Amino acid sequence: MLPVTALLSAVTFVPMLGGLALVFVPRRRAGLLKTAALLIALLVFALSLPLYFGFDGDSADFQFEEQRVWMPTLGVSYHVGIDGISLLLVLLTTFLTPLALASAWHAIEDRLKEFVITMLVLETGMLGVFVSLDLFLFYVFWEAMLIPMYFIIGVWGGANRVYAAVKFVLYTLAGSLLMLVAILALYYRHGAGTGAYTFDLVTLARWVVAPGLAQDLMFLAFALAFAIKVPLFPFHTWLPDAHVEAPTAGSVILAGVLLKMGTYGFLRFCLPLFPDASLAFGPFVVALAVVGIVYGAWVSTVQADVKKLVAYSSVSHLGFVMLGIFTLTQQGLVGGVIQMVNHGLSTGALFLMVGMIYERRHTRLIADFGGLWKVVPAFSALFLIVVLSSLGLPGLNGFVGEFLILVGAFGVSPWLAAVATTGVIFAAVYLLWMYQRVIFGEITHEENRALPDLSPREWAMLVPVVVFIVWIGVYPTTFTGKTEATLEALIAQVQSKSAVPRVSLAERGRGAPESGHPPSATVWRTPLP
Amino acid sequence: MTPLAMPPVAIGPLAPVLIVLGAAGLVLLLDLLPRPVGRELIATVALAGLVGALLATLALWGKPGRAFQDMLVLDDFALFANVVICYAAALVVMLSIDYLGRNGPETGEYYALVLFSTGGMMLLAAAGDLIVLFLALELMSLSLYVLAGLFKRELAASEASMKYFILGAFATSFLLYGIALIYGATGTTNLDRIAAAAAGRAHDPLLVIGLGLLLVGFGFKISSVPFHMWAPDVYQGAPTSVTALIATGSKAAALAALIRVLVTALRGSQPDWAVLLWVVAAITMTVGNVVAIAQSNLKRLLAYSSIAHVGYMLIGVVAGGSAGPGAVLFYLLTYAFTTAGAFGVLTLCERAQAEAVEVGDYAGLARRHPVLAAALGLFLLSLVGIPPLAGFVGKFYLFAAAVRAGYLWLAVIGVVNSALAAYYYLRVVVFMYMREPEGAGARLVPSFAGGLALAIALIGIVLLGVIPAPFADLAQAAVAPLLR
Repeated sequence: MLPVTALLSAVTFVPMLGGLALVFVPRRRAGLLKTAALLIALLVFALSLPLYFGFDGDSADFQFEEQRVWMPTLGVSYHVGIDGISLLLVLLTTFLTPLALASAWHAIEDRLKEFVITMLVLETGMLGVFVSLDLFLFYVFWEAMLIPMYFIIGVWGGANRVYAAVKFVLYTLAGSLLMLVAILALYYRHGAGTGAYTFDLVTLARWVVAPGLAQDLMFLAFALAFAIKVPLFPFHTWLPDAHVEAPTAGSVILAGVLLKMGTYGFLRFCLPLFPDASLAFGPFVVALAVVGIVYGAWVSTVQADVKKLVAYSSVSHLGFVMLGIFTLTQQGLVGGVIQMVNHGLSTGALFLMVGMIYERRHTRLIADFGGLWKVVPAFSALFLIVVLSSLGLPGLNGFVGEFLILVGAFGVSPWLAAVATTGVIFAAVYLLWMYQRVIFGEITHEENRALPDLSPREWAMLVPVVVFIVWIGVYPTTFTGKTEATLEALIAQVQSKSAVPRVSLAERGRGAPESGHPPSATVWRTPLP
Repeated sequence: MTPLAMPPVAIGPLAPVLIVLGAAGLVLLLDLLPRPVGRELIATVALAGLVGALLATLALWGKPGRAFQDMLVLDDFALFANVVICYAAALVVMLSIDYLGRNGPETGEYYALVLFSTGGMMLLAAAGDLIVLFLALELMSLSLYVLAGLFKRELAASEASMKYFILGAFATSFLLYGIALIYGATGTTNLDRIAAAAAGRAHDPLLVIGLGLLLVGFGFKISSVPFHMWAPDVYQGAPTSVTALIATGSKAAALAALIRVLVTALRGSQPDWAVLLWVVAAITMTVGNVVAIAQSNLKRLLAYSSIAHVGYMLIGVVAGGSAGPGAVLFYLLTYAFTTAGAFGVLTLCERAQAEAVEVGDYAGLARRHPVLAAALGLFLLSLVGIPPLAGFVGKFYLFAAAVRAGYLWLAVIGVVNSALAAYYYLRVVVFMYMREPEGAGARLVPSFAGGLALAIALIGIVLLGVIPAPFADLAQAAVAPLLR
């Protein structure tokens, strides 16, 4: 048994070390490579479970912390730890990676060795982003993780893969490099202000940059990097290309985990480090989020390609997450965090199932299907559950997140909540319409008559996802219980650090005052309609 | 008549340079033996000389010395530059053995010239006097001019050599004129005494013009815009191993000398040269990166990329203080590992009796030679500045120095350029990993020494990327003697 003090590092680095060990497996042993990679990923998932059970949900502190000297003269340390937000994302990552590897079992044959190694290295990069509590360390993981994803899209992707891969890297790189300058500026300002030169997030978060232009610029630099990753409208144009061209495993990871890095970045860095700027720009972020919700939904409706439809639906769903976060209410934030997990599960599963159907028919066009229920009933039934979860049917996971977010949004601006709610309606339109055209009706293409139903491997991939979809839908407290204390502390931190006076949490917990003025007037510097 | 009083000669601090020059003499002698000796032996002697110089340098660390009445200053700054230079030259020698056997004349003079130019570089980094600086520069440059034209039968090589020589001579004359004017203004060529004499009259016209001319000369040697025109042609025409030396060693030496002159002798004019170099840095990196995007020849691409990297390094020079020059020194180390490695991969590849230098030659390399493709990929990613590789940490220190000194916008221009640069470096990766070859592409020519050199460079970029602190701290400490 590992000492608990090194558990987080073990979870983070076991995938990469395992991947490097696979370098020594000969290329022709394809079966061994696949099995070993899957076992490593499952081992990592098993290792990450004690994180959940050992995590104290009543505490808002970082847990499983480790701190070691790395670059002492610069004030850089290897500092990792998780709180209620990162815990769920770490678990999501370790849960989805084995599924992604399993999805590639037959789909990827070309350069399989490189593929499994890349996937495992990617997992380390993603976990590193979520556990880092040092800005330098975070930035290293944030950038390093780009490269494996670039290869996954560019080497194993579809016809237009090179374009999509390069676009993905350049977009993300352009955003994150400005963040690097902001990190440095924050470092020197903090150093000049307090005498302690450090990249340690915990230390930096206790201090606040004087409100004004400097804080605003730093916020914008961070926000740009994260907004591109989320992606927040109008920075989303890389997403449809990357998602559609990536192989199934890549799409699952991209949608399931990578997009969450953006929203996670807002929660972890923008809010605590730049509270005033977050409040000042909050209305703009929320406006963009709502535009994204509606825009993503509309564009999804008209897609002819199922994968592209799912890709655009991510723009819409992530818009909900951003809306929830920037309402800065307890409900909105809890909804936002749980919606991150939900989106990872639902959209991950959607991509998995689109991949399954693509493996059978080598097409993803809605028009090429129809009447599948008669041919592949098990597939159709599970697909229905996943579709319903994605559109937010009560009783399944998507509803919990969207409901909390809309409650939070209504508290600060009923109008925005109303517009955002149309996104839920449109989600039902585009998802059910797609489902209807693919699954119901008569069989219009002869090729579809002989499709095999789910294989045992595919069952094994989908059942765990469906279990969690139902679990979160019925009893979300299992997951929200770990994160509420953290989020409450986060809101308190933002409010106590920002210069604008505002009402206390307890008062806002009672909902909108009778006067008709939403509490937003005091949450944000600029009141919304 | 009293005998002429000889000043005491301190050999100790000179040991590294003497070892290199001694090895050069030995190589020439071996080449003259009536019975020809194998070029492997000659190369081994050259390599031994460089490794010996490296060890001597490390032995001298922390024991600063001066020789010939302060004409040579072997402080930690010079020693750190020596490490970079010796390392780069040693890699070049290792890469040359099989490369030359394939492509060029089998003569010992090649290794002798490499060693002579290396000696010149080491002296350049240690020059405490403008006259020595000039002599060292010439020793380095003349050897490199000849090396650039080593492949006499190729038109491009002759063009490279000729262009390098004529433009180089032109630039050196600017430098010399600058030295003359500074001498006129201050009455001395010693860097410390110039600083003392120039104190309080930074706007003496002679001094200002002298500074400007000096910067022209240096600008040529480090290939900063607008004196960069020679670089692509010379990089392309010269033997690839020589290109690696020009891109790493000569650049490191010239930048070290530039920093020493600016930070010690011309300290008083800091506001003037900082403004000038701010503009030069911004233009250099932008021009280098933008033009590199259009290149299809890998040597030209790396030439423009090296121009861009000079732009990044000038950020550190502009930032000044203790952080700036230290960041440049550290960057030179990371850059030498990375660039020598990238050129090293090129020396190991060939296609149908010719060098493989077009990007298209590398299409599908990852299928044919996965390890080699991975190596070039890592070198390129380090040049992009992707963590956890050396290039990232190098850039991090540079940008940190700029932000610390308040040059926020220069840092922003730097990072925007880094994003721009990602495009053309990744294009090579695209060819290696994501394209299928059209016809016979580049293939690997196995070479033990070359492979070893690449392995060393690879370990270097990973090591410097993962545990940079000890090396970066050494670089910072090495700058301290200049700032006194």
